Amino acid sequence: MKPLRRAAIILLAAIYLAALSAGWIAPAGYARQFRESPGVRPSAMFLLGTDELGRDSFARLLYGSRVSLTLAPAAAALATLVGAVAGVGAGYWGGWIDTCLARVMDLFLSVPWLFLLLTVRAALPLNVRPLESIGITFLLLGLLGWAGPARVLRAAARDMKSEDFMIQARARGCGPLRLLRFHLLPNLAPVLAAQFWTSVPLFILSEANLGFLGLGVAEPLPSWGNLLAGLQNMDAVSSCPWRLAPLVLLLVVMACFHLIVPMEDFSK
Amino acid sequence: MNARWGCFAVGLLLVPPSRSARIPEPASGGELRFCLHAEPKNFNPLMVSEEPDEAVRFLTGGVLIRLNRQTQVLDPELAESWQILDGGRKIEFRLREGVRFSDGSPLTTADVLFSLRSVLDPALHSPAGEPFRTGKDVPSVSQPGGRRILVSLAAPMAGVDRLFDEVPITSARSVERSAHPSEMPVLGPFRIVEYRPGSSVLLTRNPFYWKKDKGGRRLPYLDSVRLVIQQNRDLELVRFLRGEIHLINGLDAESFERLAAKSPGEARDMGRSLENEELWFNQVARAPIPAYRKQWFRSREFRRAVAQAINRADLARLVYRGHAAPAIGPVSPANLAWFDQNLHVPAFDPDAALARLKTMGFSLADSVLRDREGHAVEFSLVTNSGNKSRERLAAMIQQDLARIGIRLNVVTLDFGSLIERITRTFDYESCLLGMVNVDLDPGGEMNVWLSSASSHAWNPAQPAPATEWEAEIDRLMREQAVATSFARRKALFDRVQEIVVDQAPVVVLVDKNALSAVSRSLGNVTPAVLHPQTFWNIDRIYFRGGAAH
Repeated sequence: MKPLRRAAIILLAAIYLAALSAGWIAPAGYARQFRESPGVRPSAMFLLGTDELGRDSFARLLYGSRVSLTLAPAAAALATLVGAVAGVGAGYWGGWIDTCLARVMDLFLSVPWLFLLLTVRAALPLNVRPLESIGITFLLLGLLGWAGPARVLRAAARDMKSEDFMIQARARGCGPLRLLRFHLLPNLAPVLAAQFWTSVPLFILSEANLGFLGLGVAEPLPSWGNLLAGLQNMDAVSSCPWRLAPLVLLLVVMACFHLIVPMEDFSK
Repeated sequence: MNARWGCFAVGLLLVPPSRSARIPEPASGGELRFCLHAEPKNFNPLMVSEEPDEAVRFLTGGVLIRLNRQTQVLDPELAESWQILDGGRKIEFRLREGVRFSDGSPLTTADVLFSLRSVLDPALHSPAGEPFRTGKDVPSVSQPGGRRILVSLAAPMAGVDRLFDEVPITSARSVERSAHPSEMPVLGPFRIVEYRPGSSVLLTRNPFYWKKDKGGRRLPYLDSVRLVIQQNRDLELVRFLRGEIHLINGLDAESFERLAAKSPGEARDMGRSLENEELWFNQVARAPIPAYRKQWFRSREFRRAVAQAINRADLARLVYRGHAAPAIGPVSPANLAWFDQNLHVPAFDPDAALARLKTMGFSLADSVLRDREGHAVEFSLVTNSGNKSRERLAAMIQQDLARIGIRLNVVTLDFGSLIERITRTFDYESCLLGMVNVDLDPGGEMNVWLSSASSHAWNPAQPAPATEWEAEIDRLMREQAVATSFARRKALFDRVQEIVVDQAPVVVLVDKNALSAVSRSLGNVTPAVLHPQTFWNIDRIYFRGGAAH
């Protein structure tokens, strides 16, 4: 393993561990409002200062990281799983199944997902708790984001089914399920892994976009999206550079994800 | 000549020489620039309905009576006098002599008759005529003789004169040419000379404008006004700081603080405005929400407990950085004539709120409030997404209510979905939104307070009042609408305000301050809380350096 890749994994693990330990590292919590201390500078009590309502920015960053770093991989796993079923199925069986699934993939890729997400979200019941609301948001992201991985996996499965080892397995009387289970999927694993790792930052950014529009995680739960929305006031940011912490963390995490995914996986 | 010297002599006697030397004479010339936040859609003064169109009409149009935005008193304009007759059924105007359109043609009684008849014509659907169309009968307009114009209403209408602030006076040929605005004769201080879609509207001074200053100089002082079309409020502030524009109306608290830090003299806080933020509970009978929650929302004690548990002072201090004040009632103290002086800011007292709830059978255990039947008190609050101030208000209310064991789920929705829920499906529990009173007179709020009205937020369009207190408000509002004496109307409307505070169907949270930006190069700018805040006296605004700008 390359040293840079190893460093990225360690750094990402450290960030995730810190996020999971948020309750211990920042006992003030993400929701408590210290109303006599709004917008204060970093101090021993508030390592990254407080926001406009007097909430501990460091605690919010840690809890926000926990939300984004837990749910984005879950959404990516969902999207990859659905994408794998559809893509491998289409690529392997071909014919009318491939034609139908390819059209559905094209449809999903052409739909403006942001508006679709807004519509679906508006139709959801209102009385959901913040944690449920963020779960639903990521579930929707996962369910809407399968078409990209599916297309890649379809192409890979279609190429692979005419490889020599597949022809030999079929000649020895392997059934379709055995072919899939023992021959095709193990060989597609690197592509699946690459799709998963590239989807994670995509879903983190998607949630950040939604949060920036005020349609992400419900108050008072923080996420990187609604923390980044606080950077809209550039004057305030330039006079209080520590407010850039969520952006810096997002960039670091994105860089780590890109370093973790080996480029050779894309060439397969 | 003698009169001029006489004025000068009096000036010398009354004003110390050093001071008189410092007060500059308003200089003529210069181009004033400020932003419109959307594209103007209609230059026909009779059909104006949106804010950019209204701004253009305000700068170019004439009216019979103008509401003075600073004193909140009606001033004569194209009508030199008016009187209300027959217990509010008629209003008679006497037109000013010698008024001319911007093309030099005189204003005739025929033009005024045309304008008023067009506005009042139900077939034309002029937005300016809507307040007059209260029944089936259409008001009539006649010319009793000379320069008098008589408007006869179908029914008495209290405070009818204020409505004429919005009624444009124009001519048939002006309306015909409104599709080519640069050819449209107008009566206001400026006329349109150029409209560049997506870019700007250029107005130049009307050489025949009828008003003159005390020294006899024809107004306006400015040569031109350029209305720059700019939707992005952040860019608007940047342009102001660069000196590219000279005025900004309706700044938010964050932008105001930015401006105050960079250029303190140019940020103007006029105090409480007529704009507030309020919360209400859904009391619609057919709303798809559980019956026990409907029961909470219909309970006066529950609503009052929620009102008592919210720290309004903190909302004003933290969310609006002190550029707002805890609201007292449904009418802001900025409405000088109609605010009920007997009302006071409701006390923030979570303990009293809890005690009030306990009298209704609620109980608090493990930080969870439960009703008599054991249901945990939890409900959702919807508001529109993208409004940071409102999201922060919701977060603070959430924490305040958590102190008395109420769990509040904040939901931000895009504006279209929100309106759909609060006006059509009624699939919501409570809502946080802002309210702007554009009309000072309670007559303009009939659509809010009458139980049958569509804008009766908490339970609109009721066939019959659902509660006794709503029936009482209906009676009071109808009575004030036809009462002729101001004192009587004030007493009736004060009672409405008291009932609203007592019953708390809407929990009014804060009155936002009117914030604006005014370039220090301008003279005579006296921002008001009423729209259009900064340029309501556009004909008297001048550049201190004159035509150099």
